[in-house]
Amino acid sequence: MLLVVEQFLNGLQFGLLLFLLAAGLTLVFGIMDFVNLAHGSLYMMGAYFAATFVAWTGSFLAGALLALGATLLLGVVLEFVALRHLYGRDHLDHVLATFGLILFFNEAVRLIWGPAGLALPLPSWLTVPVTILPGIHYPAYRLAIIVVALLVALLLYLGVMRTRIGMLIRAGASNREMIGALGINIKLLYTLVFGLGAALAGLAGLMQAPILTVQIGMGENILILAFVVIVIGGIGSIRGAFIAAILIGLIDTMGRAFLPNLLRQVLSSAAASTAAPAMSSMMIYLLMAIVLVARPEGLFPASRR
Amino acid sequence: MKSSLNVSAFVAALVVAGLVLLPVYSNLTGNIFILTLFTRIVILALAAVSLNLILGYGGMPSFGHAAYLGIGGYAVGILAQEGIGSGYAQFAVALAASAAYALVIGALSLRTRGVYFIMITLAFAQMAYYVASGLARYGGDDGLTIYTRSDFGSLISLSNRVQFYYLCLACLLATVFLIWRIVNSRFGLVVQGLRSNEQRMQAIGFPSKRYKLVAFVIAGTLCGLSGALLANNTDFVSPAVMYWTRSGDLMVMVILGGMGTLVGPVIGAVVYLLLEELLSQITEYWALIMGPLLLLIVLFGRGGIMGLLGRLNRG
Repeated sequence: MLLVVEQFLNGLQFGLLLFLLAAGLTLVFGIMDFVNLAHGSLYMMGAYFAATFVAWTGSFLAGALLALGATLLLGVVLEFVALRHLYGRDHLDHVLATFGLILFFNEAVRLIWGPAGLALPLPSWLTVPVTILPGIHYPAYRLAIIVVALLVALLLYLGVMRTRIGMLIRAGASNREMIGALGINIKLLYTLVFGLGAALAGLAGLMQAPILTVQIGMGENILILAFVVIVIGGIGSIRGAFIAAILIGLIDTMGRAFLPNLLRQVLSSAAASTAAPAMSSMMIYLLMAIVLVARPEGLFPASRR
Repeated sequence: MKSSLNVSAFVAALVVAGLVLLPVYSNLTGNIFILTLFTRIVILALAAVSLNLILGYGGMPSFGHAAYLGIGGYAVGILAQEGIGSGYAQFAVALAASAAYALVIGALSLRTRGVYFIMITLAFAQMAYYVASGLARYGGDDGLTIYTRSDFGSLISLSNRVQFYYLCLACLLATVFLIWRIVNSRFGLVVQGLRSNEQRMQAIGFPSKRYKLVAFVIAGTLCGLSGALLANNTDFVSPAVMYWTRSGDLMVMVILGGMGTLVGPVIGAVVYLLLEELLSQITEYWALIMGPLLLLIVLFGRGGIMGLLGRLNRG
């Protein structure tokens, strides 16, 4: 019981991180119709910035805030210098260009920070276990991630559904040409959305950093998962991304936690310990394949173009 | 199209002649490394050519093409491990397994289109990657060493560098020829028509899905051949050959060379892999140059190298 609750929370926490990443991706995708493989690089940069700034300022919160700002800035610069020239081009061009950016970012990180990973130590007030239910303890930091991510999700929801800019973003997602024709400065809106997406990716990266090592290529595996999330959720749909992210987070974490024991009932112990992680990773892709075959536009298609 | 024929055809002939004469150069100068390098290039060019059939001619952007490299490779590796050394059996299984995989995932993936198609093919390739990682008996994550190369009796020895190179080159040239015949056949014209306007083709009465599926299976089978050769070349196969960045590499080769052109993917593979090799000799941080270079190619070089040659000819 204890293990189930703990793994459920881990799954929720991972799902919420995935949501932060997927929200930016799905916005950029839905509004600019831009496939950004380099989104995972922004996640990685967020983690590296955080590790650097936290060491520099000596304060976790100040470092995290600086890292968030730096990722936002990086996203805006990236959009301004290179990516805005690619809007309206073929999706394959996007894939190729941002694939090049991944190569660039991975190598730049290796040049600046070296090939070895970094560690981002937590301040002591975040390492204490918290009693969530009588007899069940959970690390404070993981709980903090859940709270922060839920807050961000709420803010994002309010921002997109209740503000003027949010209205423009939604309008952009359903009909790009029309809001341009109505006199909205689309270029500015695009840069803004891209920067927002970058900041969300950076936030996910810097929050994940203390749990995993900060290393080169950390963005790539999770990027693919984020793509799976937005495809399952329906491209351009934040609500879909939220639900799909939680689903994927839970499946991935629970699968990793409980499949080995289940498999051990049927297979030999050694075979089970090799097959189980592979199987739990596969389940996600299986889910995506099933969703796409049954509903080729995802669970919550944002617009019908 | 006619006007671009001269320069493009000249470059294509030059590339083919260079590839054919390479072992002679290697033999004369005693440079064995270049032969090893080009064996790999030729094998991956074969994979790129097969991808081009669906990506360039068919308009089906598969982001999971590296899966066939792994399937072909594991067919060779697993059979070798189980004591079946016959090259005929190994290659037959590699092709059949690739075709079967392509048939299943093609039938499912072709229900979607556009970005969703990119993603679902990627998802299937990742699944194949994880299946391979889970094969404890065959090395799992660490991969599988192949101790003896495929045995074709007295016909050809794959352990002989030059013979193996010519086998790979023959496979590549035969594949290019096959693609040329396919593209200019009625079937190929239908597939290209589907890329331009699927609705219209359906209205005329072509069963679009069936045509696309057949093209998808042909491309997958040919890439399986490339995978079997690649495993023989490295004497090793691991899940890493199926990782999504490998599929990205193959796409880059096709787009760099020129989508929907006959020899574009070959030139793309040669240029991409040579560039990677040269840059990595100049600096350890070669990707720092390669990445922005790809970005520039996308921004300014529409139609890849073949498109550039076409413009050169006209301008």
